[in-house]
Amino acid sequence: MQLNVNGTAYEVDVEPDMPLLWVLRDELGITGPKYGCGVAFCGACTVWVDRMVVRSCSYPASAAEGAQITTIEGIGNPDALHAVQAAWVEEQVAQCGYCQSGQIMTAAAFLQEISNPSDAEIDDAMSANLCRCGTYPKIRAAIKRAATSLQGE
Amino acid sequence: MGIVSKITRRTLLVGSMAVAGGVAFGIYAYKSPQDNPLLDDLTEGEAALTPYVMITAAGVTLITPRADKGQGAYSVQAALIAEELDVDLDQVSVDPGPPSAVYYNTALANEALPFSPADQSNVANAARAVADAAMKFIGMQITGGSTTVADGFTKLRAAGAIARETLKAAAAQESGHDALQMRTERGEVILPNGERISYARLAPTAAKMRLPENVGLRDPSSWRLIGKPMQRVDIVAKSTGTQTYGIDLRFDDMLHATVRRNPANGGGMASYDASTAEGMRGVEKIVELPGGVGVIADNTWRAFQAANAVEVEWGDPPFPAEMDAHWATLSRSFTAENLNSRPLDAGNVEAVLSDETIELEYRAPYLAHAPLEPVSAVVQVGEARIDIWTGTQVPRFIQANVAELTGLKPEDIHVHVQMMGGSFGHRLEDDYVLHAVRLAMEVPGRPVKMTYSREEDMAHDYLRQIAMARVRGTARNGRVHAFDLSIAMPSVSESQMGRQGLSLGETDPIIVTGAGDQPYSIPNYRVTGYKAPQLAPLSSWRSVGASTNAFFHESFLDELIHAAGADPLEERLRLLNDATARGVLEAVGDMSNWGAPMERGRGRGVAFARSFGTPVAEVVEVTDTGNGIRIDKVYVAADVGRVVDPVNFDNMMKGGVIFGLGHAMNCEITFANGRIEQENFYAFEGMKLYQCPDIEVRVLENGPAVTGIGEPPVPPAAPALANAIYAATRQRLREMPFSKFVTFV
Repeated sequence: MQLNVNGTAYEVDVEPDMPLLWVLRDELGITGPKYGCGVAFCGACTVWVDRMVVRSCSYPASAAEGAQITTIEGIGNPDALHAVQAAWVEEQVAQCGYCQSGQIMTAAAFLQEISNPSDAEIDDAMSANLCRCGTYPKIRAAIKRAATSLQGE
Repeated sequence: MGIVSKITRRTLLVGSMAVAGGVAFGIYAYKSPQDNPLLDDLTEGEAALTPYVMITAAGVTLITPRADKGQGAYSVQAALIAEELDVDLDQVSVDPGPPSAVYYNTALANEALPFSPADQSNVANAARAVADAAMKFIGMQITGGSTTVADGFTKLRAAGAIARETLKAAAAQESGHDALQMRTERGEVILPNGERISYARLAPTAAKMRLPENVGLRDPSSWRLIGKPMQRVDIVAKSTGTQTYGIDLRFDDMLHATVRRNPANGGGMASYDASTAEGMRGVEKIVELPGGVGVIADNTWRAFQAANAVEVEWGDPPFPAEMDAHWATLSRSFTAENLNSRPLDAGNVEAVLSDETIELEYRAPYLAHAPLEPVSAVVQVGEARIDIWTGTQVPRFIQANVAELTGLKPEDIHVHVQMMGGSFGHRLEDDYVLHAVRLAMEVPGRPVKMTYSREEDMAHDYLRQIAMARVRGTARNGRVHAFDLSIAMPSVSESQMGRQGLSLGETDPIIVTGAGDQPYSIPNYRVTGYKAPQLAPLSSWRSVGASTNAFFHESFLDELIHAAGADPLEERLRLLNDATARGVLEAVGDMSNWGAPMERGRGRGVAFARSFGTPVAEVVEVTDTGNGIRIDKVYVAADVGRVVDPVNFDNMMKGGVIFGLGHAMNCEITFANGRIEQENFYAFEGMKLYQCPDIEVRVLENGPAVTGIGEPPVPPAAPALANAIYAATRQRLREMPFSKFVTFV
């Protein structure tokens, strides 16, 4: 099947039900999305399929055929940070950092929907992403910082 | 700059291995100016001298041998070296280095017990018991026990200072100028005439220099880095998905693998049938392992699928199959025969306990470490060497155990320590690495990445101890008068160190840490530890003994204070006999405006615990909303003597509080039919973001020693929460998780 990831088209030979996460990680070497739980609970594997926020560990690759798949690598990089990534750096959110790709992908999509979120809206949007290190206060702060900087753009 | 302490080379040799680092920095730079900083091709003699500072033509690499599990260890270690070396973190590489005896934790091997508070007298007892096992123990390069900063604070600065002075001497030899007239800045020596020479250029000459006899450490007033907010060296990578963790590694021709083992950790396998699995797409090989099977395939998911398709009949669990039996074992362990230690016995508890005695029981469940990154290892078996890439806290154990498994020499086992997606003590175990090696031996020459599924990782977690406490006490004249705490748990040390073939002796200080070592003066005060028989296998879980024992101690102290009609904060302050401890309690009292009236349905609870030498106090505020308990606010203060990076300190404090609260709220590991009942995060949630309170942090720097912060914020969190819930609802919670009794919103 053909998959379009971060603007590049890839031809892959995988079972239709192989989760998108494992196609990205093991077949394409795109390792920003992480394996945490495998059951769509923790959110470490979060990517975008077109404008939809998806738990790639539980999303069949075949369902993403023909769509634009975006991983954390697709929204910015160390030399050209996305506003949400820049806010994550400024607030120094990460501890182990393993959940943060998923946190950032969830936050960036959410800020496209709600540009100036309230505390309650942030809590609603972000509570399905697990962080074992306890970076939640910094995640909230980084989202507010990112919202401010995105509005200034 | 001021020089506070003249440290002679001789005292450094006695007190730390930093001088050896200084020596080696030159030798290595001279011999292998172009080499890869992983250093893995050094011979034994060179590795033993391997330094904290390596300079090649490519630049400066700081070796940070304490592993980074997310606690920022690489950055704080690098900052300590960089402070004296006069480099900045944006111009150096940071590398954990190879496993080496030179990186043993703390200068004196018998203080290297990573699981006990560094400053407590019971450590000395335990360490004496360790002497028998010293040959293996010496050179124990372990990350744990909140020791990274405590262990490295002087050692790493000295390593930087010695390297700097050697580079200046090299510049003097090359230029003819007086070294005393030189300065150093951003990786360069500046000559009196303003000319700058890079450290890299000086390395070949420096390598041949005699080391300075006397090196002073700079006065804190001149520090550029220590105590100032820093940007972590990994923060950009971790914000862009470009940080490579062990699980992300890829090599040419690499195979993927997983294991499926008896879900009762340590149980055997009666029989298996892999005929279906063998025919599945991508499967290369199915291998029998101790207690289960491994699958080698061309993709991790295919390996997972095939592992699940193997039909297996498991052997009996090596511990009681049902949870009731675990609790019953603890319940039966409060006997003279099981008495293990009595670190505190002031006054005469027996004589004063009377009819008004309060007698209660507390419980703390098994917990999993459950870092978000499941364990993994890449292993490549060569002709006469094995390379292992994995996130680990114990690279030297891996070396020794893989050598034993394969018959190779330890120096032929090359462990490349990787960044870890959390640990909390999980990666003090190395059995998963041995499984990966067994699998890679089936396909010699090819790298094999073995990854545990989440379910496999949860089932084979070596758990936080289950523990039970029985307490008795009295209040008199408005004061706590007698406090008698008995704790029963299986020995964590016996379980954990036993797997490494080590014995720390009969007495396990973990059974009473966090309770029998607290700086309170209660007139009649006794703490007794009872060693229960081994049950499910155990390991160190962030804050270890204190994670259960501070809950028992501080919850019961709160009950006694309420029985006395005293104020929980004021009475603790009166009872504390240590100024640093009182300082953190006064701080949270001040921060929380303790004593100010609260609305009906709201409550405030306080707890204090000193663990790993660091006193921490926490005040938790809750509201009983009618739909459940909401945690509104936490105030936390700690005294670590000296903070290296205030940003990282703030993160560790908040993370520790959330870790402590989250597990107390809703986490437990239980067994039914010999199987762990919580297979994945949906049954082991911890705190979610919407439940996270605002957390206000204060640091104090009055303590006499530099101590760690990775673990100490955890123990007071659970009792402070329980005490707050009592204040709001008059309901006492004497068993974790609290979600068995109240709902959290």
